[in-house]
Amino acid sequence: MKELRSLVALIPTLLLAVGFPVLLNAQDHQDTHEQNTHGTTVEAYQEGDHEDAEHHACHFHADVHETIYDATSTAYHHISDANVYSIGSFNFPLPCILYTKGHGWDFFSSSKFEFDFFGHGEGRKAYNQYVLDNGAVKRIEDPTFPTDEVALEGFIHQEETTDGETKEVAYACYDGKHYKLLPQSTADAGLFGGGITSFYDFSLSKNVVSMLLITLLLAWGFFSIAKAYKTRDNMAPKGLQSFIEPIFVFVQDEVAKPFLGPKWEKFLPLLLALFFFILGLNLFGQIPFLGGSNVTGNLAVTAVLAIITFVVVTINGNKNYWSHILWMPGVPPIIKVLILTPVEILGMFIKPFTLMLRLFANITAGHIVVLSFVGLIFMFGRLGESTAGAVTGAVVAVPLTMFILAIELLVAFIQAYVFILLTASYIGAATEEAHH
Amino acid sequence: MTGSIAAIGMGLAAIGAGIGVGAIGGRAMDAIARQPEALGDIRANMILTAALVEGAALIAIIMAFLVK
Repeated sequence: MKELRSLVALIPTLLLAVGFPVLLNAQDHQDTHEQNTHGTTVEAYQEGDHEDAEHHACHFHADVHETIYDATSTAYHHISDANVYSIGSFNFPLPCILYTKGHGWDFFSSSKFEFDFFGHGEGRKAYNQYVLDNGAVKRIEDPTFPTDEVALEGFIHQEETTDGETKEVAYACYDGKHYKLLPQSTADAGLFGGGITSFYDFSLSKNVVSMLLITLLLAWGFFSIAKAYKTRDNMAPKGLQSFIEPIFVFVQDEVAKPFLGPKWEKFLPLLLALFFFILGLNLFGQIPFLGGSNVTGNLAVTAVLAIITFVVVTINGNKNYWSHILWMPGVPPIIKVLILTPVEILGMFIKPFTLMLRLFANITAGHIVVLSFVGLIFMFGRLGESTAGAVTGAVVAVPLTMFILAIELLVAFIQAYVFILLTASYIGAATEEAHH
Repeated sequence: MTGSIAAIGMGLAAIGAGIGVGAIGGRAMDAIARQPEALGDIRANMILTAALVEGAALIAIIMAFLVK
């Protein structure tokens, strides 16, 4: 009963903590309103001709007074990668490593861009013909653009149709002229609107730094546990050891042994490495304000993990596995050629493909749901204009967000488990001996 | 009205996966009630099958993103 009472006392504190910044924000906006009451103001113009202003005038997004909360783009900004590592409201610029054909390598700090919105927005400066737009480094291809540090006048985003395909093209404004921006090269072969362009981005981005941090943490943890097993031989496990050992035994007994058969020992290190890497990154992504990285919710990361599985399965596939894919025994040849073999070959690629999508979609969906619930505060509060709305939003959003975060904690474990479970079953199917 | 027809497809795929995962979970509960000692095996197979069903829905969702 006593615990319950202290819990009840906690609720107003929480509300105050959430509501206070919103109140301050509301006050701020009120002031700007009072200043802009005379006739046609900047704000009125942007409210009325928002579309026109966005398409025909150079501007920085940070300078536009927003009147409508855009939940979709806010969520996308939060789950995307950035060249800045933000802890709370402190921004740590990260090194940009860029390569352009015929131009060479460029190393510089992302603070050269003078970014806003925690590195998810635009940079007010260009450096060596590189600019920061929508949280991504882009390049100005026009050789007449000055190569040193240059202050920009703004950006324009507009849709252009070339060869029947509509694409959003960004322009940077400098000295009254518009310079077209090229996005970085991507390895998706145009599937997600990317492709090979003139420059490559090898920067240590937020996701890369989080990945390195987790790798170091895991390496430190596992080396100390391994040492403990040597020095504390035949003794009860202690500290971190007693946390990891049940998980280790679970993976060994519930995943490796039943699915991999007699060869389980060979693949156990792979399964454990995948499990702890995915679990560590899933959990690290749940911590708010600590970078807020979304590594396992990044298609490139999950694609590499899935490719590792695909390579291991393909290399270790035995004669039995390949004969069942290419020439299934005991089936009429006509069915084999027309249906079975094509389907089996497709299946070889669909398996790692779904592995990639499952992890990506689950983690990204979780992050978006959390961001949507937090966004309720700004939606009800009309971006700080209505304090009562913001408080209502907070009352609704805080319990919902906590509930979803608790579920996400479960999902972090389940997705790491499912990933290695499926990896083990694919490897098991590929290495199984024939039993006729 | 805003939005795209792809969103409807996404919803339909979610319904399909929901029915599938629901059936798997329900049958697994039946099986556990009948044979509680086989809990570990049933759970592992349940999650495996649910993951496979979910894969179809995920492909549909990604396709919906791609064709919008």
